[in-house]
Amino acid sequence: MNAQSFWDVLKSRGLTFFSGVPDSTFREPFNVMVQDPDIRYVPAVREDVALGVASAAYFAGRMGGVMMQNSGIGNIVNPLTSFSLMYKVPVLLLVGWRGYGGPPNDAPEHWIMGVKTPELFDLLELPYRILEADNLEAVLDPLLVAMKEQSVPGALLVRAGVIE
Amino acid sequence: MIDRYKAIEKIMAHVRDDDLVLSTTGMISREVFTTDDRPGNFYMLGSMGLLSSFGLGLALLTPEQRVVILEGDGSALMSLGTLALIAAERPANLLHIILDNEAYESTGAQPSISSEVDLADVGKSCGYAHVVSVDEIEGLEGALMSCDSHPGPHLILVKAAIAPVDGIPRVSHSPSDIRDRFAGRIQRRD
Repeated sequence: MNAQSFWDVLKSRGLTFFSGVPDSTFREPFNVMVQDPDIRYVPAVREDVALGVASAAYFAGRMGGVMMQNSGIGNIVNPLTSFSLMYKVPVLLLVGWRGYGGPPNDAPEHWIMGVKTPELFDLLELPYRILEADNLEAVLDPLLVAMKEQSVPGALLVRAGVIE
Repeated sequence: MIDRYKAIEKIMAHVRDDDLVLSTTGMISREVFTTDDRPGNFYMLGSMGLLSSFGLGLALLTPEQRVVILEGDGSALMSLGTLALIAAERPANLLHIILDNEAYESTGAQPSISSEVDLADVGKSCGYAHVVSVDEIEGLEGALMSCDSHPGPHLILVKAAIAPVDGIPRVSHSPSDIRDRFAGRIQRRD
């Protein structure tokens, strides 16, 4: 899907406060986002830092978002369990799904996490959906409903080439 | 060296009613809770190292309110990169206080490396607008006052003694109560 359309949908759901660590999956969305005066993006130094920054939005009556690569999931396990899930603070995780399907897709450093990514969200009992080129609203809205009902973070998994 | 609970008493006496005060996991939250449990306090019960990034997000989202981050040297060292991020984002309403006793006191006073690393110098190098290092209580009073006449982000490094308080209670509020009370304070629902 088109990067501008991606942000138009997120903005229409009130998602305008983001932090993150870049991933090539989001190369085009990133370029669009930083040009958009309606979106505030804080360039974090680690994924857990991005989670901390973005989670503040909940306390201001908003929903924050984190943009990250799936290799950073390990960096957010502790804040997810002892902050997000303990206090029940929702935040949207936009996760670039590198190494999807395991080898030979993508580079070797992504193979293991590529397979484990959905398993890790299952393990933490966090809702997630997989974005396709034509289903953003169909997956985002139920995901946001689940996140708000359970008051927990949720993830949108995005494979290479889905947003262009 | 300042006894940490005396530093916390001094800081909480200086805090204004509409300030948001965030305290890190372990003894610091327990001492803030015991000293002055107020709706604008957020006690980070776990997630060591997360407090400063959470505080940065709050400072950016609530520019009309001062955000006071109270953490220890271990927590600050764990998230040294966040000092750089705070300095780069330059929130004028952020006051970052590091209570530096050169130890992980909550877990048995094991030594940290802040005896070898000057965290005030780190803050200056990162680019905090206003950095003060204090090691006695009068200096802390002056440092807190000086924040009113300088733009932030501020960093106050408080060199603190290892001085556990016997029988200090745990934070008695549930995590969801801490969350709701704090969010209500920010959104003026209280």
